Amino acid sequence: MPQEDGNIVEMHGITKRFPGVLANENVTFCVRSGEIHALLGENGAGKSTLMNILSGLYKPDEGEIFVKGKRIQIGSPRHAIEAGIGMVHQHFRLVENFSVAENITLGMSTPRFLLDMAAIEDEVLALSKEYGLQLDPKAQIWQLSVGEQQRVEIVKMLYRRADVLILDEPTAVLTPQETRELFATLERMKETGRSIIFITHKLEEVMQVADRVTVLRAGRVAATADKTDVTSRQLASLMVGKEYSPTLPGKTALETAPVLTLSDVTAYGDRGTVALDGVSLEVKAGEILGIAGVAGNGQRELTEVITGLRKTTSGTISLLGQDITNRTPLEVINSGVSFVPEDRYGTGMAPNLSLVDNVILKSYRTRIMCKGPFINYDAARRQTQGLVEQFQVKCAGIYSRARLLSGGNAQKLLLGREISSDPKLLIAAYPTRGLDIGAAEAIRSILINQRNQGIAILLISEDLEELMRLSDRIAIMYEGKIMGTLDRDEWDIERIGLLMAGVRDVQHEEALT
Amino acid sequence: MSEPTATCEKKDTVPGRSFRIRIEKRLETPAWWNAVTPVISIALALLFGAIFLKLTGYSPITVYKIMFKDTFGTRYGITETLVKASPLLLSAVGVSMAFRMQLWNIGGEGQIYMGALAASWVALTFTGLPKYIMVPAMMIAAAAAGGIWAFLGSAPRAIWGVNEILTTLMLNYVAIFWVEYFVYGPWRDPTAFLFPLSPVFPKAAWLPTFGNTRIHWGLIFGIIAALGVGLLLSRTKWGYEIRVIGENPSAARYSGMNISRNIILVMLLSGAISGIAGMCEVSGIIHRLQAQVSTGYGYTAIIIAFLAKLHPIGIIIVSLLFGGLLVAGYSVQIYGIPADIATMLQGSLLFFVLGVEALAQYRIRVIRN
Repeated sequence: MPQEDGNIVEMHGITKRFPGVLANENVTFCVRSGEIHALLGENGAGKSTLMNILSGLYKPDEGEIFVKGKRIQIGSPRHAIEAGIGMVHQHFRLVENFSVAENITLGMSTPRFLLDMAAIEDEVLALSKEYGLQLDPKAQIWQLSVGEQQRVEIVKMLYRRADVLILDEPTAVLTPQETRELFATLERMKETGRSIIFITHKLEEVMQVADRVTVLRAGRVAATADKTDVTSRQLASLMVGKEYSPTLPGKTALETAPVLTLSDVTAYGDRGTVALDGVSLEVKAGEILGIAGVAGNGQRELTEVITGLRKTTSGTISLLGQDITNRTPLEVINSGVSFVPEDRYGTGMAPNLSLVDNVILKSYRTRIMCKGPFINYDAARRQTQGLVEQFQVKCAGIYSRARLLSGGNAQKLLLGREISSDPKLLIAAYPTRGLDIGAAEAIRSILINQRNQGIAILLISEDLEELMRLSDRIAIMYEGKIMGTLDRDEWDIERIGLLMAGVRDVQHEEALT
Repeated sequence: MSEPTATCEKKDTVPGRSFRIRIEKRLETPAWWNAVTPVISIALALLFGAIFLKLTGYSPITVYKIMFKDTFGTRYGITETLVKASPLLLSAVGVSMAFRMQLWNIGGEGQIYMGALAASWVALTFTGLPKYIMVPAMMIAAAAAGGIWAFLGSAPRAIWGVNEILTTLMLNYVAIFWVEYFVYGPWRDPTAFLFPLSPVFPKAAWLPTFGNTRIHWGLIFGIIAALGVGLLLSRTKWGYEIRVIGENPSAARYSGMNISRNIILVMLLSGAISGIAGMCEVSGIIHRLQAQVSTGYGYTAIIIAFLAKLHPIGIIIVSLLFGGLLVAGYSVQIYGIPADIATMLQGSLLFFVLGVEALAQYRIRVIRN
């Protein structure tokens, strides 16, 4: 394999398969010494997999890795760190009740017996000063903010003499202020000759901090380029792929009053930060409104406030003119809202119960499903059998446990259940995530079918191709806000990509003023 | 668990023989394991007990023979086993109901005491009532008291998320103190030579027995409760909600079930059944209130519920087994063998059931290179 001078890391022909998924396919990825190299791609593009291979968590099925010109096998994170490669994961690996210094030395093979904590603390302090990563080595982890914990992880890698530092979406958990500080630190590390691999899906960060960028799409390298040679527009379209030809039959949405209306809805997320920030949108009967955006920008909270699972702090939500703001989940269900949640096994089903028990999850209270206080299990069995046949759910019998269903079959059953109540509004969150092509297509055609029958559908997806095929309109979410809503004739992939990455839509705003 | 198998590898270091032994987590435990595990567990517990008996100088075979004969082998043994099984059965059905919803009601003991106390109050206060009113009234009072006691433990959980294990456990001691207060104080029988006993209940407050045995209606109540709870869980809307909430609270919330209300209702019913167990003890056996109503029936009930995997029929069978163990404990004493052997067998039974269950989730594979 050709070795290029100046490359500290070379990965050639890396392929990694997971059951049913090809996470990386023939990926070649090189990092020079003393550069900040951004690894850009959508969720599920294979960025983290590739870096987990480099840091020793996964073994590649095919391909070779060279570090400092030598071919090596990285069997574990320990091998990786011995080769000078350290990774800071999205979810930190720290012991809450240990001090900063203790966490930093934890897992190291030296010193063998006696720990001279004072000396370790001094060294940690010196390192943190050198790189502008303010830290108190004696502080315990639980006392630290998320940003500070990230600094501990970075110092941990510096302490282990890592020359190549991998950061997995480091800014996802940071405030803008902390992000600026992190970027300054990265510059300083670059000056000392270290290389930084920076995993991200935010274009502006690439343009701000990277020297070079590699774009991954669907497990393959879409391009590698110097930052100065590309524009963020080009990167956006490389990231999301080619535009698909629309397959949706003509617009059927009647010019009627909307089924669902959100006006100026604000809500907090689980961590108490603002997750929805003044969201307004409408979904009409017979239309699919797509919500585009990188996961974690308020989509989950959006579905939860509509379905009554999360309280709003301001704004109103109404269904067919009736106010449903902060109603209980049961009231929302009864007013005609069906919901396919993003976590199909964790929320949408009780995996240890049978298919029958899962099919009646929402209808067990209805008159057909019960006889007095008893459940009419005959009716339940017929309903289940009907859904299994209608949606071609492959199962080991309707009394087998739901967790034995494959992802696609579980989703077909779930979607079938949600449709069978004749809803006015159907909310589908990432309905094809993780499914193989056949199952995903089946789910998509069910959605289109429902739209054509006049149901209002709110479709949340990370897959832009899917959104552009299915949606009548697309609203783009970023950091809890709707960045814009585009009609079919207004959108193109670059424009959506830029809005998704938080770049303001100048064209759109100009058109408005 | 659908997550990838956890593996733990042990490499054989003997040169020339290359194989690895790998312990893997099973994705799915085969169904026949559910039938086999109790049998293996009981066998191991008996073996374990045998080792102990042997070491302390007794012949395990003789002791086990005595234990078996005096519990299931004689008329007296059988009736006593059924007598002891009655409160165990009721209380085990009670706690199992809460366990189905992943509510850890450890308060069976306290609920038994409060049930006994309330039933005694009815019996001692309304002395003139005829039997057909007295017994139902005592039952209602006992169920209410046991229910309220469980409610006190569960309301903080439903409202603030306080761990119900602690609240229900602590309330046990409070309940025992209440009973002691009444038998040492206001209700003490002046003719009982300063013993902490209440006066004997009027005959109308005695639960009917079967023939001339000590077996009382409590056994029937227990069987009805077990079958009733089984039917409730498998066939009714409410039982369905309980199962869904127990399996996946997020799915329950998503489908519009009211979890807090169900926590309180299930605990009320769970406590009420244990309360009736307490009533049966005072009304069916002792015929008066005394300081010690239960010898840890409420705790043994937890073990029974787990061993039976919360299955109603299983609970009936295991309750009989444990009732027998209690009787066996008393009977071996006559031969100078400590009654604690029965307690030890109970304990080791739980230990081996948990152990075998855990092992059933793994399989051992030998991989040859």
